[in-house]
Amino acid sequence: MSDILLEVRDLKKYFQTPAGTLHAVDGLSFKLERGKTLGVVGESGCGKSTTGRAILRLHEPTSGEVIFEGRDITKISAKEMQKLRSEMQIIFQDPFASLNPRKSVSEIIGEPFRLHKVYKTKAEKNRRVLELMELVGLSERLVNTYPHELDGGRRQRIGIARALAMNPKFIVCDEPVSALDVSIQAQILNLLKDLQKELGLTYMFITHDLSVVNYFSDEIVVMYLGQVVEHAESEALFAHPTHPYTKALLSAIPVPSLGAKKERILLKGEITSPINPKPGCRFAPRCEYAKECCFEQSPELKETVQGHHVACHFSNVF
Amino acid sequence: MKTEKVKKRSMAGDIWRRLLRNKMAVVGLVILFLLVISAIFADVIADYDSKVVAQNVVERLQGPSAEHWFGTDEFGRDIFARIIHGGRVSLVVGLVSISVSLVVGGCLGAFAGFYGGKVDNIIMRIMDIFLAIPSILLAITIVAALGTNLINVMIAIGISYIPTFARIVRAAVMGVKDQEFVESARAIGASNATIIFREVIPNCMAPIIVQATLSVAGAILSTASLSFIGLGVQPPSPEWGAMLSSGRNFLRDAMHLTLFPGLAIVITILALNLLGDGLRDALDPRLKQ
Repeated sequence: MSDILLEVRDLKKYFQTPAGTLHAVDGLSFKLERGKTLGVVGESGCGKSTTGRAILRLHEPTSGEVIFEGRDITKISAKEMQKLRSEMQIIFQDPFASLNPRKSVSEIIGEPFRLHKVYKTKAEKNRRVLELMELVGLSERLVNTYPHELDGGRRQRIGIARALAMNPKFIVCDEPVSALDVSIQAQILNLLKDLQKELGLTYMFITHDLSVVNYFSDEIVVMYLGQVVEHAESEALFAHPTHPYTKALLSAIPVPSLGAKKERILLKGEITSPINPKPGCRFAPRCEYAKECCFEQSPELKETVQGHHVACHFSNVF
Repeated sequence: MKTEKVKKRSMAGDIWRRLLRNKMAVVGLVILFLLVISAIFADVIADYDSKVVAQNVVERLQGPSAEHWFGTDEFGRDIFARIIHGGRVSLVVGLVSISVSLVVGGCLGAFAGFYGGKVDNIIMRIMDIFLAIPSILLAITIVAALGTNLINVMIAIGISYIPTFARIVRAAVMGVKDQEFVESARAIGASNATIIFREVIPNCMAPIIVQATLSVAGAILSTASLSFIGLGVQPPSPEWGAMLSSGRNFLRDAMHLTLFPGLAIVITILALNLLGDGLRDALDPRLKQ
């Protein structure tokens, strides 16, 4: 039996909007082993970020279970959750919005210590802040600067240092590099990888950038409109994509070679509205293989090959 | 390892420098500074018992002279001395009443804006009821009910400014609370109270400071108005509004009785408004260079 750090069972998050119920996350389940990285991919608005936030209870899940180290954290009190937050952290997408502009770097990184009353003296706290800054590759001289004086890469390093402050076991990376320049992206990704090795972290890596996720993850979940359409080990998914949506996604990765001829699968139409979705496969309206049954019955997530799960009526055909 | 000392460039320092670049704001600041100094040292400038309240009918209604800079009133009291001491009342009432409304209205507005939904609706509808009543009328009612003394005047004016602050703070909080750094504070385990007071409010300071400055001017004017109609500071205590009120009977023959207290009110309010406008510009990050 492998060492499961996090298990999500049938997680749902609905939002009430004037137009109806928005099914942001609809029945998501997965398991995540300690020290591994789960990549979550999907297009904008498919519920990736909401999933990450619902797991951390930054949004209260509508239903479902989130089992962290054997404990269902959706059932524990707000007080206990506050304590547990030091074990599970999040790195945000936008390093310009996720840091309080009124606080200096040392205040931002030291804030978790203040909240959880970790250190008694200022000196101890400052030493730990400097340690963290060194860990994420921030120069010591930046300790008293304010976020607006720093560039995106440095700001993201502050965000990472803050997430690491309480020695968490699990970190949700919510598109941590999509707001950064390509050269900085590589730096931050390498930093995250090194930290994982060094500290034994478990990541849930949310992104829409497939080349990033391939480099980064052990397993990948492909989401479409709040549901998992395909879940497999990273290599297996890239080698044998099964769901028509995954195929279309993978065909969209640019190939850095001049002569390469590629067949792009172009999806028709737009993403269906997640408000009061109709029964049936949610991808059906855009799927070129869609048959009648696709519009009537929701496909279950089935295991086709060992460890490869697909939600499609025709998964054995493809 | 050699550590490089980096000067801590604080936000407040930046704002201060930008404020000083604004000439009108500096004018306002200087006037206010003089007013505060004269209010603090009022007893040194003119003795309260012998000059401010003691009547000297022989010297009544004299025009401005070397001895009495602003002349004397109908009881022969030195108007300059009375204005200096009256400034104390105005400044104290202005600051205390606005502090009260800032704290109460600010907290109400912050909770309304932060929690939204029902809390917001209940708080803001009550504020709307208060806003529907003209603030001076509300103040008159409160003073009439509680009795006329300085503390009640402060309470009355403080209450009448609560809705203004509740609205300003609510709007500012609503703009800030959905930003990611608030969520990140929650993610590291901060409670709602910590988030409101340490993350949200510090980012809402700009409109609050501006509104507070402008409201102090309004409060001073309200105090003068209340005293003018006899509901504020009671004679023989000096107060600008009360001086205007008693002087208006002599407007035809001795206009200095009303001119100088009037000017004192105008200049104080002008100074506060200039400062408020200057602060608004200085606190606006879009004007940053």
